[in-house]
Amino acid sequence: MSRIAARFEQLAGRGRTALVPFVTAGDPNPEVTVPLMHAMVAAGADLIELGVPFSDPMADGPVIQRATERALARGVSLTQVLEMVRAFRAQDQDTPVVLMGYLNPIEVMGYASFSEQAGAAGVDGALIVDLPPEEGHDLITMMRDQGLDLVNLIAPTSTEARIAKIGQVASGFVYYVSIKGVTGAAHLDASTIADKVGEIRAQIRLPVGVGFGIKDAETAGQVARVADAVIVGSAIVGRIESLADTPERIPESIAEFLGGLRAAIDVADGVGHGSTSR
Amino acid sequence: MAIHADNSHASRMEPGRESAYDMPDANGHFGPYGGMFVAETLMYPLEELLKAYEGCMADPLFQSELDADLRDYVGRPSPLYHAERWSREVGGAQIYLKREDLNHTGAHKVNNTIGQALLAKRMGKTRIIAETGAGQHGVATATVAARLGLECVVYMGEVDVARQEANVYRMRLLGAQVVAVKSGSRTLKDAMNEAMRDWVTNVDNTFYIIGTVAGPHPYPMLVRDFQAVIGREARAQILERTGRLPDALVACVGGGSNALGLFYPFIGDTEVAIYGVEAAGDGLETGRHAAPLTAGRPGVLHGNRTYLMEDDNGQIMETHSISAGLDYPGVGPEHSWLKDSGRATYGAVSDDEALAAFHHLTRTEGIIPALESSHALAYAHTLAATMRPDQSILVNLSGRGDKDMHTVAHHDGLVL
Repeated sequence: MSRIAARFEQLAGRGRTALVPFVTAGDPNPEVTVPLMHAMVAAGADLIELGVPFSDPMADGPVIQRATERALARGVSLTQVLEMVRAFRAQDQDTPVVLMGYLNPIEVMGYASFSEQAGAAGVDGALIVDLPPEEGHDLITMMRDQGLDLVNLIAPTSTEARIAKIGQVASGFVYYVSIKGVTGAAHLDASTIADKVGEIRAQIRLPVGVGFGIKDAETAGQVARVADAVIVGSAIVGRIESLADTPERIPESIAEFLGGLRAAIDVADGVGHGSTSR
Repeated sequence: MAIHADNSHASRMEPGRESAYDMPDANGHFGPYGGMFVAETLMYPLEELLKAYEGCMADPLFQSELDADLRDYVGRPSPLYHAERWSREVGGAQIYLKREDLNHTGAHKVNNTIGQALLAKRMGKTRIIAETGAGQHGVATATVAARLGLECVVYMGEVDVARQEANVYRMRLLGAQVVAVKSGSRTLKDAMNEAMRDWVTNVDNTFYIIGTVAGPHPYPMLVRDFQAVIGREARAQILERTGRLPDALVACVGGGSNALGLFYPFIGDTEVAIYGVEAAGDGLETGRHAAPLTAGRPGVLHGNRTYLMEDDNGQIMETHSISAGLDYPGVGPEHSWLKDSGRATYGAVSDDEALAAFHHLTRTEGIIPALESSHALAYAHTLAATMRPDQSILVNLSGRGDKDMHTVAHHDGLVL
């Protein structure tokens, strides 16, 4: 069983919702990332999404764009991101790591080479923002051969037919983008999320993570009531940005923030029915 | 009439031979290029756009509305001009210029914005967005939005806003909101990123008018089809004028919409050589250029797979050209296919060579060309000199040079 499947099974058994933080690898410098990943796990992260910097992050809002620019200014490449995961794995064999980014760095590395190197480094999956199922066949096949999941996005604009199509190829978990917009945008509406997550569950028998627009303990708790995983990106990356000049303080500060989210999710899990429905 | 076994010969004098060439496929692929590499949020809107577009193309009412606008508002057909004096000075093939510079707003861009705006109206969209580099596509979009009473937001890199003040003012006069994009390299590619971000956020009421034959399917096909009026007219005009097809076509290629507009109706005419001209900037050897087909490699950007300027890690590189309209690190995917298939040949022309052609045409023919089009002229000059006087070259004069007065003056050490 893959690390991702094992982690969700374990959480479901305990009636808990996963907390999934996103950070951009190498932001604000490459030395911070691995200690930060360990600190996040200690603070209650169940799975880590690690952003691979790309020069043209079309689906990201200003906060993650700036994180990407900071990492690229330090020359962070996909190869270096894989090295960070390898370093993380030396001490943590249980926490799944999913890369999140855009297709072009993988195109240049080559699908087969990426799949092999990512698998060897201890990566568990990848979420490629600009790779819909229509274009994903070759990469999905090669990643599967290495035991890697290609995590798919589902959007508010995804029709029933599209959700079915995604269900045919998705593995690991699916990521419901809770709003029409870029990362870090506002206006999270918990009731419409519940409806859409219901539609997804009717067709896809994988855990459903929800992200985009979760900023604090309150929104994390709301989402935990309906989702199997609460994904938080810009709110974390914004905190990293504010500490870019004192990077040694980042792991502790982010751990404290995640601790608050974890507590709110635990409360929701106690009173809600999110994970128990699975 | 007897049916000839050799179809290409049978249809030699007939327009519309592009029907034998059926790119892209149903999923928007031109061989390995093109496709729909976008976030899931945009997949259904793109499906809707394709459906609406196919409906419009099959609707005679839409076609007659489009034809009337192209005639009465744009001023089509644009003339085909035999540049006799310039041809004599070059001393080789006869050079014919397709005068897209005489269109309303001064370039070929409006052919596409007219078409997409009619499509937006059909789809019930109330808000138009666009990206622009030099500002020509932004002006052409703001123009049609003003005419149809649609809200219009144009994204433009902060660097381009500073170097194209006159076009920024023009767009504002037309009622558009111009947003200066401050991310990345603050040029055209970043303006396109920002337009995509706007579209993903406001997809319910917003139509994104992409200005070139790039972006996700169906844009490369749709923009090509709206621009193909250039090649259809030019083909008929040169047949009428000379009784035969030209020996070669030449057009500049940034994203490549004016080029594909000219090339597309000639793709089946295998006896016509096709040349696309990229911007070599300071020179290909300097790395400061915008020539992905000549010096780049395939990758994925802005929704399609195509030749790109990228580094070994897959990061998109900054480009350079004296002409803002060619200053883009990618190129329409159909050009990538035409290059690999050998049907078209791509070369590159430096800033200095383009400027020399700019001055040469201005002095010999009294036509001030856009700096973008000057790249095609420079290439045509070199090509014509290797050909005989009974041969002919058809060049797309895609825009007029009025917008470039400050750039050329600055290069010549003058301040206007």
